[in-house]
Amino acid sequence: MKLVPLGDSAVLVTLGERPDATMLAAVEALAAALEREPLAGFVESVPANAGLTVFYDPGRVARKDGGAPYDRVARWIGERAAATAGKSPAAIERWVVIPVCYGGEWGPDLDAVAATHGLSAEEVVARHGTAEYQVSAVGFTPGFPYLTGLPESLHTARRPTPRLRVPAGSVAIGGVHTGIYPFETPGGWHVIGRTPLRLFHPQQRPPSLLQTGDRVRFRRITAAEFGAASSS
Amino acid sequence: MSRIHVLAPGQFTTVQDLGRPGWQRHGVTPGGALDARALRLANLLVGNAEGAAALELTLTGPTLRFLAEALVAVTGADFQVTVSGRRLPAWRPVRLAAGTELVLGAAATGCRGYLAVAGGIAVPRVLGGRGTHLAAGFGGMNGRALRAGDVLKNGPPSAWARRLAAELAGPGAFAAPRWEIGAEARPPRGAAPTLRAVRGPQWDWFGAEAREHFLGGRYTVTARSDRMGLRLAGPPLTDGGLPEMVSEGVATGTIQVPPDGQPIVLLADRQTVGGYPKIANVATVDLSALAQVKPGDTVGFSEVTVAEAQELWLAAERQIATVKHGIAAHTA
Repeated sequence: MKLVPLGDSAVLVTLGERPDATMLAAVEALAAALEREPLAGFVESVPANAGLTVFYDPGRVARKDGGAPYDRVARWIGERAAATAGKSPAAIERWVVIPVCYGGEWGPDLDAVAATHGLSAEEVVARHGTAEYQVSAVGFTPGFPYLTGLPESLHTARRPTPRLRVPAGSVAIGGVHTGIYPFETPGGWHVIGRTPLRLFHPQQRPPSLLQTGDRVRFRRITAAEFGAASSS
Repeated sequence: MSRIHVLAPGQFTTVQDLGRPGWQRHGVTPGGALDARALRLANLLVGNAEGAAALELTLTGPTLRFLAEALVAVTGADFQVTVSGRRLPAWRPVRLAAGTELVLGAAATGCRGYLAVAGGIAVPRVLGGRGTHLAAGFGGMNGRALRAGDVLKNGPPSAWARRLAAELAGPGAFAAPRWEIGAEARPPRGAAPTLRAVRGPQWDWFGAEAREHFLGGRYTVTARSDRMGLRLAGPPLTDGGLPEMVSEGVATGTIQVPPDGQPIVLLADRQTVGGYPKIANVATVDLSALAQVKPGDTVGFSEVTVAEAQELWLAAERQIATVKHGIAAHTA
């Protein structure tokens, strides 16, 4: 475990290199341990890939037992990590199935991605649509999942120039990840399809459909099914 | 509740408070006022809780008609604020008579101003905050900047605000007490600040030349800057040879370096994770100065330790506490 300051009110905690399932479980276990016995001044923790960021308010971290606020926070994180080490949390797997309409107006970059890899569009859809994924981070915009598990044959460097408008629900490939745009935003990933699901709702708890650690599968739907689902 | 009609929206005016921490793991940025200290001081001047919702003004402010009597305060950048052509004082509470048309003109220095109204701007809390989340379109006024024709409401003023308004009551369109927040307690708003910064997680990735550029160079704020971040132009910090990295957490004030070497300073509406190397983080105490630079202004950076940045933060907090006690002791 490596701790470094991220400015004057956060600590970046790195547990490893690769965000595989074991690593994501360890990150979640540490995040849960911090929430369970929070230090005064703890604000929130943000798991992402192989680590998490711990935000704190230096004005509220007690200083009486010695040391600067950063040292106090770092010691607390170290203690909580030691307390959870080796105790793998109960494996609660949550699977979420995301319906996707691939190609056409819903996936304008499908053919380009296929051409990049010397595959047919159908092969890209088959490989993307049958792989199993895990959410390694939620970020960029509210509810945007970074999914690991994209077959290596589909890894695609981001577009050199981002699109100014990527529609909400767009399923896209960016580097080693696949992801879903919850809102219409600019974006540099290759859009290969679209889901009618709403990924973020500020009035729901939790507001994000997908959480770090969730397992995800895609299910191919037709244009007619997409239309029916998004108008219902 | 009383109504405030938006006659002209200004360049970019949003409802903001102190943000909505606690939802970053769902990808929700904390957001909130860019110059949080200026917003807190504006609220204190009208007897609100420090984090009440207020309007954040950008370069040119809105024109508003107050249907009922109101106690207001303007802080932050130096906006030309007038009623019927007569200049209103900033950094003071001001009582407006019912029906007053308040014109918030252009900012002479600085970029962002705050208009607080006694009782706060009454909009629903979403995910714990009342501020505008522009990217996701929630919070504030329907998740967007103000438009002409919008009608804002303010909540019930505090007893302190009602008492002060009563003492200022008179025949004029506006009236203010003689006291104000002194220059020494106002956050800075220069056009060429040097920002104190703590070494970032990837500081060691940058060679001697890049560090020299970063700590010795001046960077111009480009027009592609907004509430998400300041995009700077100046001596490059990399020629593109930095390793690829897995996305990890970022903070407000984080300075990211994309492959073109031109740094981006993340502001309140930043993303929650980022994949570019982080050379440094601006000290929280200097986020106010960051909020006040505009395209064409320049910034530089100087290095401080985490402990020094935290001491500066605590000193700024003590100053706000002093102002708070001073204001509570005043009536008119």
